[in-house]
Amino acid sequence: MTVQQPNTYRSGPDERGHFGIFGGRYVAETLMPLILDLEKAYEDAKADPSFQAEIDSLNKHYTGRPSPLYFAERLTEELGGAKVYFKRDELNHTGSHKINNCLGQILLAKRMGKTRIIAETGAGQHGVATATVCARFGLPCVVYMGKTDVERQKPNVFRMKLLGAEIVPVTAGAGTLKDAMNEALRDWVTNVDWTYYLIGTAAGPHPYPEMVRNLQSVIGNETRAQLMEAEGRLPDALVAAVGGGSNAIGLFHPFLDDPSVKIYGVEAGGKGLEGDEHCASLNAGKPGVLHGNRTYLLQDDDGQILEGHSISAGLDYPGIGPEHSWLKETGRVNYVPATDDEALEAFQLLTRVEGIIPALEPAHALAHVVKLAPQMDKDQIIVMNLCGRGDKDVFAVGNMLGFDL
Amino acid sequence: MAESRIDRRFAACREAGRPAFVTFITAGDPDLETSEAILTALPGAGADVIELGMPFSDPMAEGVPIQRSSQRALAAGQTMDKTLSMVRRFREKDDETPIVLMGYYNPVYVRDPKKFVVEAKQAGVDGLIIVDIPPEADDELCIPALEAGLNFIRLATPTTDDKRLPAVLANTSGFVYYVSITGITGTAAPDAEKVAVAVNRIKGHTALPVAVGFGVKTGDQAREIGRNADGVVIGSVLVEAVRESLDEAGLATEKTVSAVTECVREIAEGARMAKTG
Repeated sequence: MTVQQPNTYRSGPDERGHFGIFGGRYVAETLMPLILDLEKAYEDAKADPSFQAEIDSLNKHYTGRPSPLYFAERLTEELGGAKVYFKRDELNHTGSHKINNCLGQILLAKRMGKTRIIAETGAGQHGVATATVCARFGLPCVVYMGKTDVERQKPNVFRMKLLGAEIVPVTAGAGTLKDAMNEALRDWVTNVDWTYYLIGTAAGPHPYPEMVRNLQSVIGNETRAQLMEAEGRLPDALVAAVGGGSNAIGLFHPFLDDPSVKIYGVEAGGKGLEGDEHCASLNAGKPGVLHGNRTYLLQDDDGQILEGHSISAGLDYPGIGPEHSWLKETGRVNYVPATDDEALEAFQLLTRVEGIIPALEPAHALAHVVKLAPQMDKDQIIVMNLCGRGDKDVFAVGNMLGFDL
Repeated sequence: MAESRIDRRFAACREAGRPAFVTFITAGDPDLETSEAILTALPGAGADVIELGMPFSDPMAEGVPIQRSSQRALAAGQTMDKTLSMVRRFREKDDETPIVLMGYYNPVYVRDPKKFVVEAKQAGVDGLIIVDIPPEADDELCIPALEAGLNFIRLATPTTDDKRLPAVLANTSGFVYYVSITGITGTAAPDAEKVAVAVNRIKGHTALPVAVGFGVKTGDQAREIGRNADGVVIGSVLVEAVRESLDEAGLATEKTVSAVTECVREIAEGARMAKTG
């Protein structure tokens, strides 16, 4: 399926929140008035220079932005092809790109007069970032997290508790990110008047996909300026992992209208795309409606949503942000899978040759860089978003590699 | 739009001086055969209108009872084809009791909304309630449903203010479903006084009957709510009656159908007294 090429890839969404046929606002009536309020509040905030100024200041002094753009010299040598750069968003305060989004949204929640924050989390990175900004701004925080994820991401559970958040383990379904999001929506619909739902990825009902993308675009904007300074030109390829897709859209969006830049989103291929144990919604799913938006979903022929599988809790979601669905259909971005095993190998490779322990999510992106770089010329440039650090994963990886921790 | 079974049934109840009693069950819960037996028995037990849930893997607006009910139905192999067949067979026996299919958009979307509304009409369905498709997306499903001759029943909620109400009511037909609480099904009990105010507010905007649901569990509540409302909806309490009747392996027993019908009878009695005492 290929749709007509637009003049620009950066103008979406339309006023109803659509990227092509994707996106929109598919929520229960109880939430509709609030979502319309949210859209209005976000439009007002965007038009208010003090809103962006406050984000910029927090990004600089609280998060530590700009994050470095790092030339991975030894990895480049090892792979023997294109020069590999990492956008080091794993060095942010809280250890991932998630803080970029949380700071913007909590400022918006305060502008709207909301007094309670809820969030869903998979790997716990978004939960930690949300609990962090709630501590910083003095708001109570409830985080919904699948029971399976609570068990495989224990360090993050403890961090959230230390930060004062209440963690609600969700036992429905497979106990992963999808189920956490259902439960967060149920909380929101019940406490809608005073509660702000701080969605962690570029998905959900409009305006969330647009808002999260805009807040994460700091990644791509910095990358553009930093690479211009380092190399005097644009990259030849961008690579990022996609779960819901917020770190990826943040890196990609500022480059979408530069046709010389090839763009790769890397999905969780789990145990391989031939069975059901993966989370490659763009490569193996089809369009549907879930969690407030139309997008590619893993589902059966009767429209029942399937439980995905990934070694990485942050990618373990059967959907994807709607803008990615549109970028797939327009052909602008190539979406490719990386398996659990490939990610695990990439995780160890980066640790060994660069002294950087990545999270399992960007390890998927790295698995694609490992395939891509050797096929490219030595004067070409790849930028990969190293969107999270691996501290949270060392116990789980240790178990998989047979270490007795 | 021509007068529908739903219109006729609400008019008949009004004439009889009582609110319509609307009952929700999930199609295929706990299995197709038992669910069909429950469906067949509902009108005799006092159901004036039947909401038949189309089970969905991710029912975001439901509390635990209906979530579990959906899961039981899906685990027993329920599909949209089977749900439509249930309605078709029901219609062979009962040409009067309205059936409203209730659920979420995705199973309808993947089937193709335009095809689905024709199939539903042919099976004998009278109306649709789709929780997660707001009036802003009426062109996708609501308009095709109306064109196919189905009523499209919209939910109005405590957060639907006077400014928004006309948009919610614009393409609504059959009846308006007032959600009595801000929350999910089968949790908090509604405050009858607040509900009465809301029902009267909605009636200021529409001549359609207003039915009230979410959180109604007892005959006394049905009587209270039914004083002002044109209909009272129960659901969670019925699917819980199903669950409590199951054996240790989660299978239906000889008590399953009667557990539901007894519950319907008891609460229907309360609803019937609403306008008299």
